[in-house]
Amino acid sequence: MKKVYENAEDAIEGIESGMTLMLGGFGLCGIPEKCIAALSNKPEITNLTCISNNAGVDDFGLGYLLQNKQIKKMISSYVGENAEFERQMLSGELEVELTPQGTLAEKCRAGGAGIPAFFTPAGYGTEVAEGKETREYDGKMYVLENALVADYAIVKAWKGDTKGNLIFKATARNFNPVMATAGKVTIAEVEELVETGELDPNEIHTPGIFVHRIFKGEAYEKRIEQRTISNS
Amino acid sequence: MIGKNEIAKRIAQELEDGWYVNLGIGIPTLVANYIPEGIDVTLQSENGLLGMGPSPTEENIDADLINAGKQTITTMPGSVFFDSAMSFAMIRGGKVQLTVLGAMEVSENGDIANWKIPGKMVKGMGGAMDLVASADNIIVAMMHTNRAGESKLLKKCSLPLTGVNCVKKIVTNLAVLSVTEKGFKLLERAPGVSVEEIKAATEGTLIVEGEIPEMKI
Repeated sequence: MKKVYENAEDAIEGIESGMTLMLGGFGLCGIPEKCIAALSNKPEITNLTCISNNAGVDDFGLGYLLQNKQIKKMISSYVGENAEFERQMLSGELEVELTPQGTLAEKCRAGGAGIPAFFTPAGYGTEVAEGKETREYDGKMYVLENALVADYAIVKAWKGDTKGNLIFKATARNFNPVMATAGKVTIAEVEELVETGELDPNEIHTPGIFVHRIFKGEAYEKRIEQRTISNS
Repeated sequence: MIGKNEIAKRIAQELEDGWYVNLGIGIPTLVANYIPEGIDVTLQSENGLLGMGPSPTEENIDADLINAGKQTITTMPGSVFFDSAMSFAMIRGGKVQLTVLGAMEVSENGDIANWKIPGKMVKGMGGAMDLVASADNIIVAMMHTNRAGESKLLKKCSLPLTGVNCVKKIVTNLAVLSVTEKGFKLLERAPGVSVEEIKAATEGTLIVEGEIPEMKI
């Protein structure tokens, strides 16, 4: 089966209004910027539920989809740095489910691994645990959290091959390999796309079994949120 | 009274050789600047890095290499990258010996609130709830009072909680305190600050036993 697609526009074919998407990245680091841009060029796709650690900034990343009002609900751990997001959330236009970062990662991991729910200590005694089952193990309290799966998981990798095997770079790895496992359809955009056999099997982070579509993105912007430099 | 850098410097004295440490955003990040000579500490950044190095130079900047505060950083010899699920496996699994984070409020039983002000600010909890629910050793770095001059060390937190019964120690611009079953125990005073001043700035139960030494920073 052919996994290689021409570009982002081709690769997002089939995404429809009302679907649930997972999008990799932490802040703006390692986000699938080409697929997000392609989705924002299809403003007729609306009512999306987006599972992503963050929500981009006003004029980059998921901020594009927020500006277009394509997102109905966000499941995220941290949504600062985005004024339009805050406005839509406070006005009630946007539904937001804030989830502890480790719980969010584990929800995706579990969803991809065929585990429907798990107990975590995170959020016990806080509003995150409201309405959820809690249980004591060895004298410590835990909260039952459900796994997540997505209609489409969209990830960004550094290198990939035509079988969909992926290698990530530095901290741009973050949620990408975890979400790659949890999509009914997983789309990977990569900076370098090589022929099967060219990647060292020892160095592959995400086995191609999890990846259904792959394409090479051109001219990554990779915007930096907090440019911090030292003079020495 | 001391400043943010001195708070960080005082917390750095708590570090032990061989520890893996997670530093939160704000004052906690400054602790990295004061790791004592001869102590080997590995910094964990929950977005997926063990062995966080200093800020890069302009030439070395890499958009794919950031810390949990989204700041550009560098690696150290022996650094390793990993995904978010593995990062929090380290955290929940108790492999990180010390977590230092900021707070808006701490209560005398060790509850912490630092992620939400209803109706005003909702940025999210990020990794803070996972960190405070899991770490054995949690130090809070913060100012003793808020901008309105009200105590941040309370009998009971008024803001939505991040975690319960978890804070062990607090270092503020006025004092070092530990959380005990009977309340905040005063351990050290900031240079030039009296016990009376600390009492006045602490709404929660303050336990003062014997002579309280000055912080050495």
